[in-house]
Amino acid sequence: MSHRVLTLDTRASGASYGESAKPRMGFFTDTSICIGCKACEVACKEWNQVPDSPGEFSGKSYDNTLALDANTWRHVAFVEQRKPLGADAAAEDLVQAAERANAVDGWGLQTYQEGDGVRWLMSSDVCKHCTTAACLDVCPTGALFRTEFGTVVVQQDVCNGCGYCVPACPFGVIDRREGDGRVWKCTLCYDRLRDDMEPACAHACPTKSIQFGELDDLRERAAQRLERMAEAGQTEARLYGADNEDGVDGFGAFFLLLDEPEAYGLPPDPVATTHHVGQVWAGVLAGAAALGAGIAAAMIGGRR
Amino acid sequence: MTRERAMVPRAEPRSYYGQPVLKQPVWSPEVPFYFFSGGLAGASAGLAFAAALSGNRELERRAWLNALIGLSVSPPLLVSDLGRPERFLNMLRMFKVTSPMSVGSWILAAYGAATSVAAGSELTGLFPVAGRAAKLPSALLGLPLATYTAGLLANTAVPVWHGARFTLPFVFAGGSAASAGAAATIATRPRHAGPARRLAVGGAAIAVGGALVMERSLGQVGEPYRKGAAGKLSRAAGTLSLAGAGLIATAGRRSRAAAIAGGAVLTVGIVAERWAVFRAGFQSAADPRYTVGPQRARVERGEAPGAARKACTNS
Repeated sequence: MSHRVLTLDTRASGASYGESAKPRMGFFTDTSICIGCKACEVACKEWNQVPDSPGEFSGKSYDNTLALDANTWRHVAFVEQRKPLGADAAAEDLVQAAERANAVDGWGLQTYQEGDGVRWLMSSDVCKHCTTAACLDVCPTGALFRTEFGTVVVQQDVCNGCGYCVPACPFGVIDRREGDGRVWKCTLCYDRLRDDMEPACAHACPTKSIQFGELDDLRERAAQRLERMAEAGQTEARLYGADNEDGVDGFGAFFLLLDEPEAYGLPPDPVATTHHVGQVWAGVLAGAAALGAGIAAAMIGGRR
Repeated sequence: MTRERAMVPRAEPRSYYGQPVLKQPVWSPEVPFYFFSGGLAGASAGLAFAAALSGNRELERRAWLNALIGLSVSPPLLVSDLGRPERFLNMLRMFKVTSPMSVGSWILAAYGAATSVAAGSELTGLFPVAGRAAKLPSALLGLPLATYTAGLLANTAVPVWHGARFTLPFVFAGGSAASAGAAATIATRPRHAGPARRLAVGGAAIAVGGALVMERSLGQVGEPYRKGAAGKLSRAAGTLSLAGAGLIATAGRRSRAAAIAGGAVLTVGIVAERWAVFRAGFQSAADPRYTVGPQRARVERGEAPGAARKACTNS
């Protein structure tokens, strides 16, 4: 539809697809309309044939998976909060509250979770497909690579299970699968994208909380959604990872959240270690030089 | 409208049911032992080369032997840590400066080739020309071999490692010097082992002092070095390293037995230091406070924009 092709402004891992480059694709997960049905989790498992996650009853709301890992590539978080919130909570008086409530109805902006001073925040988390992806940058084998869609994918026939990507990811997404030895994570349904299909989770989402598309379009749509929510009094709404100014230079899969990121288990200021790799090497070389100097100094004074 | 929350820094960072933000490293116990063996090998080659320059043949030969021992156990430790050991050669599939593990694999491969020739020739007398030619490359490659592992840990999202990117290389450099010095002190007769003793004692001082500086400079993020398994290992590392170095410094010159005992105690201390650093990373990744706390503080102090943006039009 458009001629916008992939140009990723990363110093470390530029994409070089030339003619075959595609527009950068991604997810906009609007958590304000997530109903916590977990259809995304199920669809992801089914399509990608991800092994089950043998869970126990966690006692943490409706969440027994608790985090993304090698066998969970979409994870729905359930946050229970007991505080007066919603559009009318920000109003000065009852009249204004009623007006705001009307505005909310008019815009069709209700979130499903609110009512009676209790709110449920539900959010379907996923790999962020970072612009500067630490997992990809630290991978010594090249198993992790940047696709023509700008997404980050593991080549399972190359991964040797060194595990470096696991602590490198600032979101704790990628993990090694037990009994398999390789690392696994969301591929943004690379196989489906190559056949012009949307990823399984977005396809299964009944409320369009998970939206798939060209990243530029999604960012535009998300900005409009945020403005409308603010006008209707939802001042706690915020976009997470929707521009290039953060520590990973923007997410390929970004979010609209109704609270601070850490309430959902997301880092408020994730930074790709790649941005500091120059300092890391400076430290290594300084240490090596100090060792050389130390050895030389030890020779002073002769053999006794 | 003002919000109290933005004004007063929270004492306790928020989290999702206390769940970690980061994943625990998946590295096995082979890895901290490799940190030790790689450091021993790397610094021993440098010591051997320097000993040769000063005409100390006995120390040179013993240090080459130690380098060869450290080298020979290193690749097996690394291969056995892999999830798919049969694919270890994929480590040399590319060369990536953004991955200290990639660069380190090449350093180890090149060091391994040079040291096998240098030390092998030294100990067998075969191929003397090639052996002499390989000594300088081996000694030079040994230096980054001893410290790249610190960069490997620092180049992650784990707060206690990443925050130590300027200090951890010195802890590892000191530990490597102490390891090589201790091993050579054990293997060499005292009247030829002066440089080895000085390297052992000086290295131990740098390793212990460097660890203290690292822990202090990390602030709250350095807490794992005072708690749990990493705390115990860290204290043991300091005590044993100083005890071993003290024994070498005071009695190592007169008594072979004291030199061997001091070298052994110091070696255990340095192994404990590698383990303390390794375990601290696990504890650091497991607690969301260490991840969220500094990040939230950066955002609230205005040092970083963070990743979340509210609408700009609200009143």
